[in-house]
Amino acid sequence: MNDIVLEFKNVYKRFSRGEKNDSLRDLIPYLTKKLLFRGEGYKLKEKEFWAVKNVSFEIRRGEAVGIIGPNGAGKSTILKLLSGILRPNSGEIAVNGRLSALIEVGAGFHPDLTGRENIYLNGAILGMKRSEIQNKMDQIVEFSELSDFIDTPVKRYSSGMYARLGFSVAAHVDPEILLVDEVLSVGDFTFQHKCLEKMQDIVKKGTTVIFISHNIPSVIKLCQKTILLNKGEINQYGDSREVCRQYYNVYSESRKVSEKNIISLKNIKLLNCNNEETSNFKSCEWGRAEITIESHEEIENIIMGFLIKQADGSMAFDANSDKIANKYYSFKINEQKKIVIDFRNNLPEGTYFLGVHFLRPNKGFYYYNSELVEFYVNAPKTLGVAYLDLKW
Amino acid sequence: MGEMIKELIQYRHLLYMLVWRDVKIRYKQTAMGFLWAILMPMLVVCAGLLIKKGMSVFSGKPMELSDLLSVTVKALPFSFFIGSIRFATNSLVGNTNLVTKIYFPREVFPIAAVIANVFDFMIATAIFIIILAFTSFSIDVYALWVPWLILLLIFLATGCGMLLSCANLFYRDVKYIVEAVLTFAIFFTPVFFEASLFGKWSTLLLLNPLGAILENINNVVVFHRQPDMVWLVYATIWSIGGLIIGWRIFHKLEYAFAENI
Repeated sequence: MNDIVLEFKNVYKRFSRGEKNDSLRDLIPYLTKKLLFRGEGYKLKEKEFWAVKNVSFEIRRGEAVGIIGPNGAGKSTILKLLSGILRPNSGEIAVNGRLSALIEVGAGFHPDLTGRENIYLNGAILGMKRSEIQNKMDQIVEFSELSDFIDTPVKRYSSGMYARLGFSVAAHVDPEILLVDEVLSVGDFTFQHKCLEKMQDIVKKGTTVIFISHNIPSVIKLCQKTILLNKGEINQYGDSREVCRQYYNVYSESRKVSEKNIISLKNIKLLNCNNEETSNFKSCEWGRAEITIESHEEIENIIMGFLIKQADGSMAFDANSDKIANKYYSFKINEQKKIVIDFRNNLPEGTYFLGVHFLRPNKGFYYYNSELVEFYVNAPKTLGVAYLDLKW
Repeated sequence: MGEMIKELIQYRHLLYMLVWRDVKIRYKQTAMGFLWAILMPMLVVCAGLLIKKGMSVFSGKPMELSDLLSVTVKALPFSFFIGSIRFATNSLVGNTNLVTKIYFPREVFPIAAVIANVFDFMIATAIFIIILAFTSFSIDVYALWVPWLILLLIFLATGCGMLLSCANLFYRDVKYIVEAVLTFAIFFTPVFFEASLFGKWSTLLLLNPLGAILENINNVVVFHRQPDMVWLVYATIWSIGGLIIGWRIFHKLEYAFAENI
């Protein structure tokens, strides 16, 4: 049981909307109101909301866990609760080990101090000793690629340089537990790549990492497990690919369908080139999807979409019938149609999802499901997103 | 209390770095640099001399070296105290970024603010001692009380600083109140005059613990006599009690800082 380094047990955190009383002048009317109208004391609670609501999870030593979710889901609040900046209204939080939280890159920088001086200052803020910082100074400067400007006050830095210096200090802190809040989005492309590599190194060294990001591919790259948060509650906690796919589904697609139940799916079949029903394909093999659709209303000239998604939820292929084959579909009331699509999967090895959608131009979707069936593609190991027909 | 001190010791590196930062940035991009550290006490001393001169003209007694010394000996600690309070009151709000983003015991902010002022105070004192060496003035064994009195002053400043900094975090009015009180503090504190000047009303002036400390510094340095024990004990209770209570309250409210700043 010693293996659990971070634990959340039924944690609640309340925030309130609107402005608080910031000056004594506001406090006096507030207090008199509270005294005179006791009943209304409860009304104020209506302004409050749960930023974190009944959240429980455990994280073991050496695990890397991502936290994803839409803006305002409570991701940063959880980090602040973990690091001790905020205290929960109820519930328990246990932390075993030296923890360092990177909630904002360069939060402790002082503009008037030079880069070097700020490394000392920020290092101390993040929990390093002076001698430790001295030992790592060269590494930090080298990592930031700012050796020419290291003795310039940081107020003269560009925002990219500022962020780079901030990340460089943070990456060299060496804690047992590292909390990171959306810090990879700093600097230019090459530096971002370098940051991600550095983070992977940190994970490999056995540091427990909690990683908040909106950059889903890097979450999948870095973390085995991911927590999906929504409105302060845990929506899902499990394998990163699985959770990230859910996230894509819930937040990018469910909102698209404007009119429900006009079209429903009756049947879907996947066949290989020998007309056998299967869910295993070889790369570059021809396959066939047979999709049976029923419409509950009379509709004319709608467009069908055919799409394939990768296991992590990102789109591999999405095409509409009008653009690709100049095809439109019309239905009478309660008419069923079987639509057959032959496709050759130029996909690398992996798990995929096949989906369809129906839409009327400028009117939104009648139907949208990007995960109708799961299928597998077998192929020799390759890198990249496509598998080309090639003759070597 | 023990745990609070332990935590502070654990974060001594940070405290050191914050003091270093405060000292370093204070006079950055100024032409006079560390001369600013003595300008404020110098101004207080000049004002004090003016008043002393006025009083000597009024009473017909000529001004003596001890008058000059009294004013200086009290002006230096006084301006240290004023500076510390002013600085400490803003120490939390001025570091909003750190308070809301990174965890460590927040006590380090007001404490670092006071220590940074101790640094200024030491510069001013060193210069004062050098000047003193050229005069006929000497000190004796009673001057050994000075470190204790200065320590009391630091404790008092830290205790007040903690209380005021967290009060200011919740209600920004505190900043203005403190500013107003500090502006007139010189009239309520025996700096330009001795409390004894007020005869039976002197007690009233010494009730201000800052006044009691300053008077005793004057006693042991300039007048070569024992500190007034009653007022010394009184000031000690204020300083140490104030520090403990201020720190306790600060510690109790600490959890709410990030949400209310």
